[in-house]
Amino acid sequence: MFAEVLASLSKGFLVTLELFAITLAGAIPLGLIICFGSMSKITPIKAVVKFIVWVIRGTPLMLQLLIIYYGPGLILGSNWWGSGEHGRFIATIVAFIINYACYFSEIYRGGIQAIPVGQQEAGAVLGMTKSQIFFKITLMQVIKRIVPPMSNEIITLVKDTSLSRIIALQEVIWAGQAFMKTSGIIWPLFFTGVYYLVFSGILTMALGKLEKKLDFFRV
Amino acid sequence: MALLEVIDLHKYFGKTEVLKGIYFSMEKGETLSVIGASGGGKTTLLRCLNFLEIPTKGKILVNGNCIFDANDERTLSEKEIRQNRLNFGLVFQNFNLFPQYTAFDNVSLALKLQAKERPDYKEKRREILKEIDEKSHGILERVGLSDKKDLYPHQLSGGQQQRVAIARALVLQPAVLFFDEPTSALDPELTGEVLKVIKQLAEEEMTMVIVTHEMNFAKEVSDQVIFMDEGLVAEQGTPDEVFGNPKNARTRAFLGKYE
Ligand SMILES: Nc1ncnc2c1ncn2[C@@H]1O[C@H](COP(=O)(O)OP(=O)(O)O)[C@@H](O)[C@H]1O
Ligand SMILES: [Mg+2]
Repeated sequence: MFAEVLASLSKGFLVTLELFAITLAGAIPLGLIICFGSMSKITPIKAVVKFIVWVIRGTPLMLQLLIIYYGPGLILGSNWWGSGEHGRFIATIVAFIINYACYFSEIYRGGIQAIPVGQQEAGAVLGMTKSQIFFKITLMQVIKRIVPPMSNEIITLVKDTSLSRIIALQEVIWAGQAFMKTSGIIWPLFFTGVYYLVFSGILTMALGKLEKKLDFFRV
Repeated sequence: MALLEVIDLHKYFGKTEVLKGIYFSMEKGETLSVIGASGGGKTTLLRCLNFLEIPTKGKILVNGNCIFDANDERTLSEKEIRQNRLNFGLVFQNFNLFPQYTAFDNVSLALKLQAKERPDYKEKRREILKEIDEKSHGILERVGLSDKKDLYPHQLSGGQQQRVAIARALVLQPAVLFFDEPTSALDPELTGEVLKVIKQLAEEEMTMVIVTHEMNFAKEVSDQVIFMDEGLVAEQGTPDEVFGNPKNARTRAFLGKYE
């Protein structure tokens, strides 16, 4: 029985991991684009981007997921996502990437705006180009500033993946709950917690190492 | 011929006129001190000369060549602005060292980036970098920081940081080096080491413009002193003239506060 549970939960956790990895891979760059939009000198772009970020950050991810998954079918009468597991996965990815990109964009913005303007000016009077100033001076300081808040978001994402349970994506919680229905046992559901703990433990360690690595200077 | 000549420089921020027509000129090897009450436009003047602000009106000449003329319809390209800036160096009040680089790397970074643009960089990479290293070491030695070269800014005292900042500006061999209150952010016991370095540069005939509130220092090192008041040069002369026998009532009132 234990082996069967382990196999099933591991299969579910693989979905959790995929969701986690693809969300990060999409949200980290998309967040940068949104960040530039929210700092744009073109007022309409800035206003629209800021409004979107406000809406996404001000409403629950679960609600966004439900709207993105069911919305097209109910409102437009056509289910973009298809009915299968694949469709649920894609809809989840879309919702997660948008949501996390908005959070990341605010972290980036805070990181960039926190760099004293004197740093750029010092580079400028030394004759550096704008791109040299960005890549050789600003970037490293921004990274150092955003690693701690990004770490928090990344750990939160590990746990947020379970929200996809609401549209029956077959991730680890879904796999654990399945045993309640089929075999009347609850411990597999509890056992899913071990997966989360181990994974977030590893991530916390890795991110802590990264933070340490950047300890050689102060901003 | 004057090394630097500033003609009728004006700067507006919105509707406020902060510089109202600055004129001055200086010869090669001269040290010019700029004194005056805070808010008078001293920082704005230095920022304009280093193109961190674009002057609203006026001309800037280096060795008789006009490098900036606000009347010129054409706006300067980023490249031209960069080229212009290389005539000058600027030492900031709060150092603005790059925190992620060691003292040595702070000094050598700009030279290394410039070297990459040289057409012969690929073939002569080794020699070029060696030359830059030697130059940077030499400069750090001049400001007395050879033994601190591998330390990061946060590991240095304020006085040491400012000396690194001076070295960082010097290494590019600017025609004129500007200082904006180089000791104002320092604890009193640390100002001496920075002033000593600047004094040594004055003796080596580096052309310098120093905005300062250290009146005794200004008296001692300057060839010329300018008193700036509300965006204008209110008085100008040798230290003896300006400090010893100020003609302008505002200068007298200002200097009176330092006695
Ligand atoms: N970027 C700016 N925008 C608007 N006003 C400015 C700006 N920079 C400086 N000022 C104003 O210009 C005046 C002169 O400032 P500053 O050049 O810093 O004087 P100082 O260095 O002599 O103390 C001050 O009144 C200041 O408030
Ligand atoms: Mg000032």
